[in-house]
Amino acid sequence: MIEAELSRSVARWCSGASGVTGAAKLSGGASQETWRFDIVHPDGPIGAILRRSPKGYGAAPTRAAGLAAEAQLMQLAFEAGVPSPRVLHVLTVEDDLGTGFIMQRVEGETIARKILRDEEYAAARPLLARQIGGILAALHRLPQDKLPELRRRGATQEIAEFERDYRSLNWPKPVFELALRWLRDHDPGPAAETTLVHGDFRNGNLIIGADGVRAVLDWELAHLGDPMEDLGWVCVNSWRFGEIDKPVGGFGTREELFAGYEAAGRKVDPSRVTFWEVMGTLRWGIMCGGMMQRFREGPDHSMERAMIGRRASETEIDLLRLLAPRGS
Amino acid sequence: MQDEPIPIELTKSVADFLRNDIAPLISGHQAFKLRVAINILDLVTRQLTREDESDAKEIERLRALLGLEGSIAELNRVLAERIARGEVDLATPGLAEHLWATTMDKLAVDQPNYASYRRELDRSG
Repeated sequence: MIEAELSRSVARWCSGASGVTGAAKLSGGASQETWRFDIVHPDGPIGAILRRSPKGYGAAPTRAAGLAAEAQLMQLAFEAGVPSPRVLHVLTVEDDLGTGFIMQRVEGETIARKILRDEEYAAARPLLARQIGGILAALHRLPQDKLPELRRRGATQEIAEFERDYRSLNWPKPVFELALRWLRDHDPGPAAETTLVHGDFRNGNLIIGADGVRAVLDWELAHLGDPMEDLGWVCVNSWRFGEIDKPVGGFGTREELFAGYEAAGRKVDPSRVTFWEVMGTLRWGIMCGGMMQRFREGPDHSMERAMIGRRASETEIDLLRLLAPRGS
Repeated sequence: MQDEPIPIELTKSVADFLRNDIAPLISGHQAFKLRVAINILDLVTRQLTREDESDAKEIERLRALLGLEGSIAELNRVLAERIARGEVDLATPGLAEHLWATTMDKLAVDQPNYASYRRELDRSG
């Protein structure tokens, strides 16, 4: 079992480690898995997380940066003071665990609805929008000469890519067409400054504790591009989980987000943020269509996937609220 | 003509059975899967209840907007193409109203508790 392989691995790079216990799979599709486990150590157990592509699943999907890049980015973020787990080990062939990495486990909550409703986070919630602004500013300032090889994507290429994804679904949706048209008409062109973009920075990909953000997760969509993309994506209504009047993840206002970002010494371009919020809303809608397609064509013929296909209409109403608001 | 009970009554009876008699008996991941299953049956029931009327109204709006006859799928395809080509946009009389009405009808089936939908429903009065 995986504990035997993990035990052999930790013995090689964690001085004093005598094995692992409590390995449990937290999530996983066919190509990528996340496991939790504890490293047995004389100083007390060390909580750890394994992110890996199992053997035979080396190839990453085209948009993904790959697990090696993810590990490198998390380590860079950690060193720069961005809340991030410390990377303990990048898997090698000798580990016999596939490709990926092992990181320190950060305790806290990632389930968005709990973060938005549980008493435990009540004191942290009003602070999060501003804190997220500061974190994004630090993330956008990570030294570019140390970054791994990443794809470069500006607004114009993203529009073209989403249009291609959407057309390949053969799923004519007048509201999506309207959004694509709007995006082409409002394409802001190349950003004044190209930076690292996290690509999936949102409520659900953050570990939150009573004290605020403890770690930024899921760097697999990281790329080089317009930093305002991250500020727009975190505001997409799908990530407000019902708290629709608090655009930043259901936590707070755009003004707080922008203030936190600018207090950390970076400039916000609000019209670009709006552009990326529209883009992000459409992006999630097209991803819902992709889920429907994968449900139909297999191999994942699950009920959950089928139902995500039926969530595309949520992004349609959100696009209409953005582009054709009523009663205003 | 098929006999009764009608499909809406049948799917609803299965959903109610799963919800009331089976859900209390199971836990963990299987309970999560069961909730998804019940949600699907509820969605199908809502669609069977509302689809005939909402489709009829949608076709009527599409005919008026496009000046064409056709099935609901064909007319939606034509509308999508015309928007893509810029021949129809938000300045076109009736387009915004049509997209809003169509989208509200979808949410009523797909996700009637979605917060944006609840807000827009309140606005409609």
